[in-house]
Amino acid sequence: MKILVCISNVPDTTTKIAFSADNSTFNAAGVQFVINPYDEWYALVRALELKEAQGGNVTILHVGAADSEATIRKGLAIGADDAVRIDAEPNDAFAVAEQIAAYAKDKGFDLIMAGKETINYNGSMVGAMLAELMNLPYVSLATKLDVAGGVATIEHDIDGGTEVVECALPLVLSANKGMAEQRIPNMKGIMSARTKPLQVVPAVATDKLTNITSYELAKGRTECKFIDASTPEKLIELLHNEAKAI
Amino acid sequence: MSVLVYTEIAKGKIKKSSLEAVNYGSRIAAQLNTSVTAVIVGDADTAELGKAGAKKVLKLKNDKLTSLDGMYLTAAIEQAANAEGANVIIFSHDFTGKEVAPRLAAKLKAGIVAGAVDNPVISGDSFAVKKNVFSGKATALYAINSAKKIISLLPNSFQVELKDGSAEVADFAVNLDAVNSPIKVKEVKKVTTELNLPDAELVVSAGRGLKGPENWGMVEELAKELGAATACSRPVADMHWRPHHEHVGQTGVAIRPNLYIAIGISGAIQHLAGVNGSKTIVVINSDKEAPFFKSADYGIVGDAFEIVPKLVAAVKNFKANHN
Repeated sequence: MKILVCISNVPDTTTKIAFSADNSTFNAAGVQFVINPYDEWYALVRALELKEAQGGNVTILHVGAADSEATIRKGLAIGADDAVRIDAEPNDAFAVAEQIAAYAKDKGFDLIMAGKETINYNGSMVGAMLAELMNLPYVSLATKLDVAGGVATIEHDIDGGTEVVECALPLVLSANKGMAEQRIPNMKGIMSARTKPLQVVPAVATDKLTNITSYELAKGRTECKFIDASTPEKLIELLHNEAKAI
Repeated sequence: MSVLVYTEIAKGKIKKSSLEAVNYGSRIAAQLNTSVTAVIVGDADTAELGKAGAKKVLKLKNDKLTSLDGMYLTAAIEQAANAEGANVIIFSHDFTGKEVAPRLAAKLKAGIVAGAVDNPVISGDSFAVKKNVFSGKATALYAINSAKKIISLLPNSFQVELKDGSAEVADFAVNLDAVNSPIKVKEVKKVTTELNLPDAELVVSAGRGLKGPENWGMVEELAKELGAATACSRPVADMHWRPHHEHVGQTGVAIRPNLYIAIGISGAIQHLAGVNGSKTIVVINSDKEAPFFKSADYGIVGDAFEIVPKLVAAVKNFKANHN
């Protein structure tokens, strides 16, 4: 089975977010970048488990500049067989999907996986766009995935519950929590990652349908009003009369 | 041209998030001197769509539309959008919205903003929409540069407003002969007893401070009395004290209810990222240094095992006096 796992390069979850003085760009100075957790913990690890059980090949693909190669090597250290970096700035979801589709369309992947969303732009879009561009089915928010006889059985989150679907390969899916457990790369993995193939693919021309014009930090709370632990019923009064929350 | 809004039915009624989307679409339509056409699959009383601002309701009709399959739904909405000459298409940023809106965007080469939190800023040809980024730690203003535009609205970003108004309702036959989805639904497991967390206006959440899953009874009771959904922090879900769909935070569900009550949760930055869009935040923690208090509107420092039962009694008392 040939599996493609799309990975994003995102600021570590503990990052304190800051922007340039004119709020036009994200300030990456001093920021530790990691593989997007949904891509790594769930999509990549489940892909590796399937490969280990059934044989095949796991390729990781990243759309981004050369400075994200450390993140790609981490994916190889966790166990991917090879990696592809498409040399384009990932600044519009549709453009990223077009880049991936242009690369993947004639490679015969059975399964294309990504995390449910990135933790920096939270779009949850590239998987669905990729499926449309490649005319493939798309299953979002998968929490379980098994493959047998060329058919995937997938449990995924739907409104108010979960649904089990079957789908003949190939398909695109987005991975949610539950698919697999995080893997820490071992020394052997880290050593072998240095020599695994990392192919750099030139960008194709794409359509940039959106662009970010400015950022704004989320507003903090003004001040916390403390209520004495002996009279918690005061909280209910405040929530009704002051906050109008109940 | 018109503004097309995709709407959905749950438990026989138009979903609240769909009414929010119709309200949102009608504000955009007013700016563009046009009107809202809502599309819907299935049968329900559509009067509320008119009250929310739709002038027309198209009931999408095709036997293949039974399971809300993304491939069929994308094609169906595209046909309705073409028939209506819609250049702006609105979804709720819910399960269907996340699956279908980007798929339709790729099909139409429409610029999309997924998870909008404010009305678009429209001026001449420029059209900009604000959404949360960095898991709620910031917002970004996105300019949409294409003629066709798609926006999915983050649920609970606006209160639903219903006014006098009615919509003309018509069937819209969709042709899906050329579309064949290989996805077969085998089983649907609905969680029927709980409120759907992303839609909930009130949420009671608890963390490791509760010491064990056996202590969740009082949390559930408080939630039940308030009519709130229950949620939890990541460690609690990781330890399987609570189901993973209750995990709110950066790698769980992001929510923005009217009221978020956090019990025994210290307030790690990853947790805050998923909840700081909440209108009012209450933190109950025995550690007065817990970082969550810095992001709270109301705080109680003390033992949750004493405070929560008193809150349950206070809510019961409050309800008795306000009904």
